[in-house]
Amino acid sequence: MSASPFRVERWTTASRASVVAVALLIAALALGPGYFSDNAIDKLTTLFVYVILATMWNALAGYAGLVSIGQQAFFGLGAYFAVRLADGGMPVYGALASAAALTGLVSWPLSYFMLRLRDGEFAIGMWVVAELFHLLVNLDPLIQGETGTSLVALNRYGAFARHAYTYWMALAGMSFLLLLLFALLRSRTGAGIQAIRDNEEAAASVGVEVARTKRLIFVLAALGAGLAGSLWLANAITFQPKTYFSPQWTAYMIFMALVGGLGTFEGALIGAVIFFAIEALFGAAGVWYLIGLGATALGFALFLPRGLWGWVEARYGLSLLPVGYRLRFKTHSSSPAQTPRLAAQPRRK
Amino acid sequence: MSHPTTMLLTARDIHKRFGALVVLEGVDFSVAHDEAVGIVGPNGAGKTTLLSILSGAQPSSSGAVAYRERDVTTLDSAARCRLGIVRTHQIPRPFGGMTVFENVFVAAANGRCKRAEAYDRVVDALALCGMSEVANRRAETLGLLDRKRLELARALGADPGLLLLDEIGGGLTDAEASELVEAIQELRRRRIAVVWIEHIVHILLQVVDRLVCMDAGRVIADGEPRAVMADPAVVEAYLGGDVHGAA
Repeated sequence: MSASPFRVERWTTASRASVVAVALLIAALALGPGYFSDNAIDKLTTLFVYVILATMWNALAGYAGLVSIGQQAFFGLGAYFAVRLADGGMPVYGALASAAALTGLVSWPLSYFMLRLRDGEFAIGMWVVAELFHLLVNLDPLIQGETGTSLVALNRYGAFARHAYTYWMALAGMSFLLLLLFALLRSRTGAGIQAIRDNEEAAASVGVEVARTKRLIFVLAALGAGLAGSLWLANAITFQPKTYFSPQWTAYMIFMALVGGLGTFEGALIGAVIFFAIEALFGAAGVWYLIGLGATALGFALFLPRGLWGWVEARYGLSLLPVGYRLRFKTHSSSPAQTPRLAAQPRRK
Repeated sequence: MSHPTTMLLTARDIHKRFGALVVLEGVDFSVAHDEAVGIVGPNGAGKTTLLSILSGAQPSSSGAVAYRERDVTTLDSAARCRLGIVRTHQIPRPFGGMTVFENVFVAAANGRCKRAEAYDRVVDALALCGMSEVANRRAETLGLLDRKRLELARALGADPGLLLLDEIGGGLTDAEASELVEAIQELRRRRIAVVWIEHIVHILLQVVDRLVCMDAGRVIADGEPRAVMADPAVVEAYLGGDVHGAA
């Protein structure tokens, strides 16, 4: 078996270039507050939050097969914990970051109950959890029921400084989560995560520790949604439970992941940008904007079920941020490297 | 069963009930080192259930399973896989969204071995099962024969000491099945023990040292393959007579 005539390809020239490009883009964005307008900073912060939401839902549903329609549970909890911690005297940006960590911590024991549920039960069960968290948060007198409250601690910063700090925190949080997820999916655990999505029993039969692996991704997705919630709060300042625990957040996540390409790393990023663009262009159109969003989602589900990037990947075999493996033979004979049909298979299902 | 200490795997007095339905009624089953054992029997005899209990996919209602003299009764299938007990599924269960290579890598990556070692094992398993050509295909695009081969390749990726095969030849033509036979004979040369459930008896007889016949949740014959096939009880189980009331 020694000196095998093959190699396993994980990076390509295109993907190396993409990673460098993404790193440069993030570095350039870090200088943003120096030259962007206040409004642009605000808008970009929103985009970063969308990227976090899309990426985390994609990790959960697209990679691990855990379709949840209750991720607003963690979005709302992240915002709530930030309000709570700041009220308790924690420095406000520390409170925002700790709130995300705390949300991840809460999701850990929760996973022992929720991950017993399968498929549709899990999806709906998570919505029930979100409603439950919503009601529990309403019991806290600080929140004043649905009247809500504000993160008043942020007022000690001027508008510009506040926007800049929030922007940096969102950029750092987004970059951290993207990097973490990318590393996780490229690790051996990442292969196990996808195996569980495709067939849980078979994954267990070849040694994947199903429960532990699902828990890992569940907690990561909760932490991400919690961070998104606390960042949203930092931008919006007001906290009203029904806004933060609204299923619309999960609807947005699903929209972004589906349109961009469920189960592709690039797809969630593209989906977030598309959603952001649609909102910027048509958001003022009120009800028609929502109808347009719904129609777009429907169109994708019918005609491009693997999403934009899923289609590109299948059509051109292109992978810019690859988490998979390709076997290449060094000899010319019967080389799978030559067969363009490799990735070009339509996904059924 | 005469010398338990020399046995690779021993299952004692296995019972399995689903509510009122009794699927296994006190099955004793063992596999020696390097041995290949075939299991035959009519539909509903409990063959697949026994395999699931040996692999840890299902718990038994009572009874004990030991592997390499270690009690594994309470271990789940992932833990047993890491010890070396690996199964294939009657209806293939590929990881459809992943490539063939990645399917096998999932199994190979679960030990503590280095990545390069895991890659070697994947490539070796793919070559043995004739799947190198389709290594980069998404598994959901494979036809039945390739799905069956992938079941075998994936199990091999996990570096088994005991391979449990559930009708790996089912639904294949004779020519296709004999390809799998060659692969399995190669495994025997590598001293991997095999338990193989199969309806196509003449294929089985090319490989196994010993044959076990099950009927209605019991072992009704166990021994030299041709003797077992000639056993009147086995003939009756296959060709009818009374309905045994099994599921």
